[in-house]
Amino acid sequence: MPRTLLDKLWSLHRIAPAGGGQDLVHIDRILLHDLSGARALTEVAEKGYAIPNPALAFATPDHAVATAPGRTAETFAKGAGGVHALRRGAATHGIRLFDLGEDGQGIVHVMGPELGIVLPGLTVICGDSHTCTNGGLGALAFGVGSSELTHALATQTLRMEKPRAMRVRFEGTFPQGTTAKDAVLAAIGRLGTGAAAGFAVEWAGSAVRALPVEARLTLCNLTIEMGARIGFVAPDEATFAWIAGRDHAPKGAAWDAAVAHWRTLRSDDDAVFDADHVIDAATIAPQVTWGTSPEHVIAVDAPIPDPDAAPDPARRKAWADALAYQGLAPNRPLAGTPVDWVFIGSCTNSRLSDLRDAAAMVRGRRVAEGVTAWVVPGSVRVKRAAEAEGLDAVFREAGFDWREPGCSLCVAANGEAVPAGARCVSTSNRNFVGRQGKGARTHLASPAMAAAAAVAGRIVDIRPMFRGGEF
Amino acid sequence: MQPFTTVTGPAAPLLRPNIDTDVIIRVERLVGTTKAEMGAHAFEVWRRRADGSEDGDFVLNHPQFRTAPILLAGPNFGCGSSREGAVWALAGAGIRAVIAPSFSDIFANNALQNGLLPVVLPEATIAALAEEVEASPGNARVTVDLDRMVVTAPSGAEHRFVIDPARREALLAGLDDIGLTLRQGEAIGAWQAEDRAARPWVWPMSA
Ligand code: SF4
Repeated sequence: MPRTLLDKLWSLHRIAPAGGGQDLVHIDRILLHDLSGARALTEVAEKGYAIPNPALAFATPDHAVATAPGRTAETFAKGAGGVHALRRGAATHGIRLFDLGEDGQGIVHVMGPELGIVLPGLTVICGDSHTCTNGGLGALAFGVGSSELTHALATQTLRMEKPRAMRVRFEGTFPQGTTAKDAVLAAIGRLGTGAAAGFAVEWAGSAVRALPVEARLTLCNLTIEMGARIGFVAPDEATFAWIAGRDHAPKGAAWDAAVAHWRTLRSDDDAVFDADHVIDAATIAPQVTWGTSPEHVIAVDAPIPDPDAAPDPARRKAWADALAYQGLAPNRPLAGTPVDWVFIGSCTNSRLSDLRDAAAMVRGRRVAEGVTAWVVPGSVRVKRAAEAEGLDAVFREAGFDWREPGCSLCVAANGEAVPAGARCVSTSNRNFVGRQGKGARTHLASPAMAAAAAVAGRIVDIRPMFRGGEF
Repeated sequence: MQPFTTVTGPAAPLLRPNIDTDVIIRVERLVGTTKAEMGAHAFEVWRRRADGSEDGDFVLNHPQFRTAPILLAGPNFGCGSSREGAVWALAGAGIRAVIAPSFSDIFANNALQNGLLPVVLPEATIAALAEEVEASPGNARVTVDLDRMVVTAPSGAEHRFVIDPARREALLAGLDDIGLTLRQGEAIGAWQAEDRAARPWVWPMSA
């Protein structure tokens, strides 16, 4: 019987049936951060459980920590309790913590792959819905709630139902200026935010195969915005080359054995999926969201949708509400809309390749008058690597803030926020009402599109740049 | 987890449909409140007036229901947000069982993790129970017997309910999902021993 990659990963980790249609599944990596991770460690302590496999857990503070230069856990006072609880729990149980100011600290979904903690074929959980990011390496990774996190810490397992298998293929070649971020936003726009509920999504096709590994992490990051907890790309030679030599990656004979195993981690050619979609890569232009859901997305040169043309009354109302919140009128292009803020960061787009893409738009230019622009590198490693090649200078000289690693304006849980009414082009993953701050208006876009918006002072199409033109 | 065998006491009738978790515990109470403290905030939007004083009309403020361990409710109890705080608040307020025609899946699952029993009975049966309770102020007692899977009305009438056998066993023994899984420790250990040999790179030598 031909099998999907999901079938293979599931049976590899299934310990026993758990009743009620559930399986008892082994969890290979548990990642903890200062909100849910701290809460789960507290719960473990309150209930008096042991943590039998602390070497399989890793922790870092990222959510409720300030990103201002020189920050400590106390800089954002309300977040300090979570950081302290994380430190306490990690120390008590012997869990490796990458603390503020230390090498390795960063947004949990950036530091995990970067340090070789996440590897192909591993089951990975974190108390955070964007854990699916790690699927970019071919891991079975998903977000969990606080009870499940506690369960996994105490037992190294979860009881769960196997999801159904969906495949989304991008075939052909992405045009210049189109990134993984645009591809996944376009998929969400076409299929809808609920399309993959109950599924695990395998991102595939020739255009995905051609994506660099960091772009695959971006692609998988937004899987949750299509409704699926799990998204992955089958690992390949590019994946192995990217992982080789990372701190926690296997070495020597263990490496060879691992790679031999990882090469088996692909869907069989004739495997059948419960749902299968194909998208022509060549049709995807740079995307920008116009509304308050990731499915409210259009090509940068397309007109803003008209609620009167919505397919049903529920969406008519949702679109009208979104436009009112965003302060936009229908039927006009998004391009040209003035912006007040630009945020380059988050687990979606804060890796070195993202910062390079953004810097390429900024080099030799200035942030437009009246625009506040931030770059928040995803991790200490990313920050140092970017500084080593002078990207920080490019951003600083242009008038960007160059900050310390953390979630920052992606979720505004750390005292940093976009002011009410301000319009922000953001490389993050959620444009929900109030996500970047009470009353803040978010437009999701790729790093290059966000950087271009910062220097132009308005939403712009970056494609003329590649033909020697200007924004 | 506190085992659930039999609970007897006043049953407070709150027969509205769709009682959501926002009403059970306000979102602000989820931050900086310990689980133990949440009981004091259960149903505060109904329990208290805008000025903070107690609303004497609310059923849980009636003298005979203040310490009721059983709640009689309408269909779709616990809908809305998945917050486990709703269960912690009810448990903290002394509620051990909620009898309703239906429950939100997430709420029911959260309840079972915390020794709070969701009992499903037909709407008409619950309405009759509520009538009996209200007609005999002060001393009407309802019993929820998980062992026999029976609810006994003040009149002595018995109503059978059903529950997943594994769930029932776990509640009787005071085991939440973690407790249930820890019972499979041997299978987990055997799986891990095999996996260490098959995928040694998954297992770091030290933290
Ligand atoms: S960057 Fe944003 S989406 Fe990613 S983990 Fe942090 S808060 Fe969540």
